Amino acid sequence: MLLRQDISKSLYSGLGAAHFALLFAIWSLLAYGHLVPASLLPTPGEVARTAIEMIQDGSLVEHALVSTFRVTSGFLISAVIAVPLGILMGTWKWALGFFEPMFGFVRYMPASAFIPLFILWLGLGEPEKIMVIFWGTFFQQVLMVMDVTKNVPLELIEVSYTLGAKGFSVFNRVIIPASLPGIVDTLRITFGWAWTYLVVAEIVGASSGLGYAIMHAARFGHTGKIFVCILTIGLLGMITDLIFKFIYNVLFAYQRRGT
Amino acid sequence: MLGGKGIKLRIQGVCKTFNGRRNDVEALQATSFEVQEGEFVTILGPSGCGKSTILRIVAGLTEPTAGRVLLDGREIKGPGPDRGMVFQSYTLFPWLTVRRNIEFGLELRGVPAAERHAISQHYIELVGLKGFEEAYPVSLSGGMKQRVAIARALANDPEILLMDEPFGALDAQTRLIMQEILLKVWEESRKTILFVTHDVEEAVFLSDTVHVMTARPGQIKETVQINLPRPRTYEMKDEPEFLRLKKRLLDLIRAESLKAV
Ligand SMILES: Nc1ncnc2c1ncn2[C@@H]1O[C@H](COP(=O)(O)OP(=O)(O)OP(=O)(O)O)[C@@H](O)[C@H]1O
Ligand SMILES: [Mg+2]
Repeated sequence: MLLRQDISKSLYSGLGAAHFALLFAIWSLLAYGHLVPASLLPTPGEVARTAIEMIQDGSLVEHALVSTFRVTSGFLISAVIAVPLGILMGTWKWALGFFEPMFGFVRYMPASAFIPLFILWLGLGEPEKIMVIFWGTFFQQVLMVMDVTKNVPLELIEVSYTLGAKGFSVFNRVIIPASLPGIVDTLRITFGWAWTYLVVAEIVGASSGLGYAIMHAARFGHTGKIFVCILTIGLLGMITDLIFKFIYNVLFAYQRRGT
Repeated sequence: MLGGKGIKLRIQGVCKTFNGRRNDVEALQATSFEVQEGEFVTILGPSGCGKSTILRIVAGLTEPTAGRVLLDGREIKGPGPDRGMVFQSYTLFPWLTVRRNIEFGLELRGVPAAERHAISQHYIELVGLKGFEEAYPVSLSGGMKQRVAIARALANDPEILLMDEPFGALDAQTRLIMQEILLKVWEESRKTILFVTHDVEEAVFLSDTVHVMTARPGQIKETVQINLPRPRTYEMKDEPEFLRLKKRLLDLIRAESLKAV
């Protein structure tokens, strides 16, 4: 076996499927074999039943929609600011000098630590929840976009100068298209992180959303519901990941040979 | 000697010292030379002697510490489309097809699509890339990428073409073929070319004039005229006059290379 050597596509997806099957088998063994009490670990069957119930009474879809709205809003607001600012920081040293030290500092303050302040400032409504997700996403995002832009080869910019590009056209025709693949990838990764801030955002003062549903179920010992909600978050995250990968492959087909 | 139609480029007392954090690096001592219109001039020198620095100063990408560069009698300030550049590293825009890469400068100038197309087609055929118009750089070989880079610079119709070891990253065989393609292109376009290399045979084969540089901090050590007839063919590389010139340059540069290591 040679390291990094490619393997066939079917073997690759087979390995992934095997992991899911293995985990499922262990779970079934522990739950059906009564090795772990039912109050701590629900059986797959019970989780499936709970899922069907929650779909039928509409609560799962409602929670999922509310959560998706919050995550997407926080993420989009963050991206709208982070992408242009990151590009600017990666190209113009003035912007870099002004923003980077502060962002590097704030980045290490956990978003969850700001929740009490956000509640004081914004109340318990949607703005506060979106703010938590924004806060958790923005600083990483802007620094990653900056890094992508910084890595655009200087010679690409220089050659554009010798072809007559100047001012805005250098951004427009070189820096942005050269950074775009990295930016889309950054958006994909940070969208995943935005989901992880959801539960934190919905712990306090929420009356809907998957994070709220998890906390609520825990209070009443409904482990089945907790499982359904966690699996739903995972599924939604995976779907957004696939969407981003699809967009990436369509937009940046020029990076593959034979096109 | 070809040209003689007048002086295209004047480099007057240009020198460069890079100010580092710890110490300053004197890359280039005061250097002066001229390039005639339509002339093929090569700067030949050992590694690190400041060849790229000269070219980058002419391109306007690096500011000289002192001295000035005149193109058609006007002092250059910063980079511009009148001085096309081909780098050693591959600098094609990966998100553009061969054609759009070549049309990059024309698009910036707002040349109408039909005219752009005619110009890019001409250069695509000149560098022998017919059939690759819609290919993306990722699927081109190194030699093809450099041919596109040359076509892209020429399509912009610069006053002078600056080439910094454009074949340095290519294998020996491809390199020889690229030299012949470049000569063909040059004979057709009659552009003034300022070329940088550390390959002696390349310098003799391509140039009208070769400036041999000293080791860092570089300056021109000697200027050698290459009065071989044109058009040149690879068979000429075995002729006595070619070998004599090659030996002469080798002797000059060997002494400097020994100092540079
Ligand atoms: N931006 C810079 N800052 C500091 N020193 C530099 C810089 N650019 C070049 N130098 C130094 O100046 C000297 C000349 O560099 P230059 O790139 O012009 O040499 P060269 O003749 O093109 O070499 P090579 O054959 O390696 O391409 C080198 O010693 C190099 O390390
Ligand atoms: Mg160099």
